[in-house]
Amino acid sequence: MKYFKLILSFVLTIGIFYGLNTKFGSIPPIGKFLNPYSGVWQNETDEAISGEVSIPELKEKVTVHYDAQLIPHVFAQNELDLYRAQGYITAKHRLWQMEFQTYAAAGRLSELIGKKALNYDRQERRRGMVYGAEQSLKKMSEDANTMAIVKAYSDGVNSYINQLSPNDYPVEYKLLDYKPEAWTPKKSALLLMYMTKMLAGGDEDMENTNALRLFGKERFDLLFPDFFDITDPIIPKETDWSYIDVPQTKNPNTKPILDSIAETIDKPDPNYGSNNWAISDKKSTTGNAILANDPHLGLNLPSIWFVMQLSTPNHNAFGATLPGALAVISGFNQHIAWGETNATRDVIDWYKIEFNDDRTKYKFDNQWKDVSIRVEDIKIKGQTAYKDSVLYTHHGPVVYDKNFKSDQELAGYAMQWTGHIPSNGQKTFTEMNKAKNYDDYVTALKNWVAPAQNFVFASTSGDVAIWVQGLFPNKWEGQGKFIMDGSKSRNDWQSFIPQQFNAHVKNPKRGFVSSANQTPVDENYPYFVFNDGFETYRNRVINDFFNSKDKFSVQDFKDLHNNNYNLKAAELMPYMLENMKTSNLTKEEKEIYDIAKNWKYNNDMEQIGPSIWSAWWPILNTMVWDEFDVEDTAISTPFTYQTIYLLKNNGDDAFMDIIDTPEKETATDLFNLSFSKAVTKLKDWKEKNGDLNWVNYKGTFAGHLLQAIPAFSRFDLPIGGGKNIVNATSENWGPSWRMIVEMTSPPTALGIYPGGQSGNPGSKYYDNFIDDWAAGKYHSLNFLQNNTATEAIIGTQTLTPKK
Amino acid sequence: MRKNIINFIVTIILAYLLSLVMPWWSVMIASIATALFIPLKKSAVFFIPFLAILLFWFVYSYLLSSGNDFTLAKRIAVLLPLGGNPYVLMLVTGIIGGLAAGISAIFGKQLSLVLNHKKQL
Repeated sequence: MKYFKLILSFVLTIGIFYGLNTKFGSIPPIGKFLNPYSGVWQNETDEAISGEVSIPELKEKVTVHYDAQLIPHVFAQNELDLYRAQGYITAKHRLWQMEFQTYAAAGRLSELIGKKALNYDRQERRRGMVYGAEQSLKKMSEDANTMAIVKAYSDGVNSYINQLSPNDYPVEYKLLDYKPEAWTPKKSALLLMYMTKMLAGGDEDMENTNALRLFGKERFDLLFPDFFDITDPIIPKETDWSYIDVPQTKNPNTKPILDSIAETIDKPDPNYGSNNWAISDKKSTTGNAILANDPHLGLNLPSIWFVMQLSTPNHNAFGATLPGALAVISGFNQHIAWGETNATRDVIDWYKIEFNDDRTKYKFDNQWKDVSIRVEDIKIKGQTAYKDSVLYTHHGPVVYDKNFKSDQELAGYAMQWTGHIPSNGQKTFTEMNKAKNYDDYVTALKNWVAPAQNFVFASTSGDVAIWVQGLFPNKWEGQGKFIMDGSKSRNDWQSFIPQQFNAHVKNPKRGFVSSANQTPVDENYPYFVFNDGFETYRNRVINDFFNSKDKFSVQDFKDLHNNNYNLKAAELMPYMLENMKTSNLTKEEKEIYDIAKNWKYNNDMEQIGPSIWSAWWPILNTMVWDEFDVEDTAISTPFTYQTIYLLKNNGDDAFMDIIDTPEKETATDLFNLSFSKAVTKLKDWKEKNGDLNWVNYKGTFAGHLLQAIPAFSRFDLPIGGGKNIVNATSENWGPSWRMIVEMTSPPTALGIYPGGQSGNPGSKYYDNFIDDWAAGKYHSLNFLQNNTATEAIIGTQTLTPKK
Repeated sequence: MRKNIINFIVTIILAYLLSLVMPWWSVMIASIATALFIPLKKSAVFFIPFLAILLFWFVYSYLLSSGNDFTLAKRIAVLLPLGGNPYVLMLVTGIIGGLAAGISAIFGKQLSLVLNHKKQL
């Protein structure tokens, strides 16, 4: 009996140990997670911002002053020390995030969360994320200086990781029960790939191919025109392009492949975009050029941005950095300011590949070329690894084949992407941080390949400029809209647009430059620019604003950032309200109709009009394009601008008809039908959730990177704006960083982002910027001119070489 | 009764000392040890170490968290989910530690019985 009890109690003891030390599904190992010595209780603290830390291989002392916003101001004596310190400091505040993003980039999430991430991981591997990062790493290592500082950054991150004990690990490691691994230069390359995918990882070739096959060329061209009837391009219309002496590639008139594709890989959120603009000294009330930038990315916690000042005796840069990458990405130094918006050009093309019988060769110009095989070894938590063999052609990886989203035994689709072209994008930013004038800025830009960006520029000497920079294939008219035959060399990318012929403008007559993801140029630019559904609303509001008077101030810039005018709704809704039949409206419908009629088209928080528009428009859009609801077919509905154009100008087009009804509908019928549905939707929403005010209906939130777990996220942020509006704050994306820099000497800057400097949900600095950001406020950026703590500094930490 | 108090105090002290060098399950070692050397009777075998560690972990969590306005505790109390109440989280933390300690103590007690029995032979 004694022994029985002994054994029983022993089993119980082992049982409770196992039960509390093991992760079950998404439940963390609860004993490990909650105990006060090494569990989450240890994370109830802010990061240390004083004292001395010794860092191996540091050459000289580095001083880090923190201001009240927890922005580190880093003073190093040389570049190697500076980037080593950047790595260390970034890791100190954002370690989990920077590592997690590279796991996501590299298709390694199965390692952390198990088999449910396998399809995601395979997709990322097959689109060549790791391959692309390796290409960039190769290119970076050709430049001894870049490699040395990337290595220093990496070592800096590792110095931080190495001094951590398990109880110091960020909360997320404890939640998912794993530990940080060593940082490497490859991880920095992966982070840049992650950005490339986010910003230049989308294309519609497959969807366009299906649309062309189903509707024919004439209809396709009507729905997806190369240019809309209005254009307000980034580079002003009157620009003279006559200096360009390299012609566009001649059209070989090959036929697209009209295959039917059922399903495509995930695309980045097409709503990501950005604004930037700058006015020259002559257009400024103070006589100083002013520049602004607000990248619209996912509203996440920890935020995608981390603000820092990075200086050596030779340069002094300040602005938003990306945890994992070196230098300031959107910011300023003592002489210039710069910022980016995404230049969404078509830099992904798809080629149909025909294999030989054992898939070791593929057809190319009547010969067989060898495929190379890249085996992706995907580790899975708690299971054996999954090996995925990806075939590579000279175009790039065969993403779709019999093993992935396709059932063709001996064919596949290969992806050609500028994201796979070896490039040293890191150097663009390390050089930009040191640039003193327009020429330095242009030199820094030269090597930027992908993701293509509209780099805005302003200097203390009053110059402004914008370059649409990236490596762009010199395509024949229409190349890459549809799947191409990969067996013909004339379908290959024949050359690239010479960098000096990339669209740009310096000090235009109008006194300002701006970009908001619209078409870079008008029809007169001598190269083919594919319309990927370029923005057509924010750009016009911004340009109209700067054309509205002679001189502008920083206050005007703030007002424009916070401008809620909904031009898209204003271009359609009055027309609909005017033309729909109102005699048969029910009482409820009449109420909503009257509210809509009185709306002034501002997406302000307390308005109901924006909620009506936001319920109504998608229903109408789906009704118009019911022809696009085709089973097992990847297809995208036409561009919003063009849809609105057709509704107003081609109201009796056959597309307006709802194919499931015997009647023949016109646009006006659709206005009524969709309005009724929208009213029902709004009514249901109201019953469930309360007031229809825009701020409630929109429900903006900043979600934690782990599937927005509510505990670490912020919901119902009090802010207006919306899609296609200058204040682009939508449900979960929007101005992820707002910066305004006046080019005084030294520059005076404002900046804010929806998050906080700390990545620790247990820190008060985790989300402390959110309220001010939502209220449209800014924080002054304390641009220290030398290594002396001013009254703005609340703590100073010294990094010292290890003795 | 005196034994209960001694066991209670020694469990906390031992658990604290072991925690400096061992992971969270040091509470299990601590309560096995106290059960071996300061044996208790009946339900006290479980409840004394249970209450000792519950108190220890509750107070320790409170001390770590109160200096930081319970910022993280409130969030974790949403995550688990405990209605966002940090004190409930402290109680849960204490109960978890207490359970581990109490059950280990039962094993310690059984072990001591077997060992004493052998000695008597």
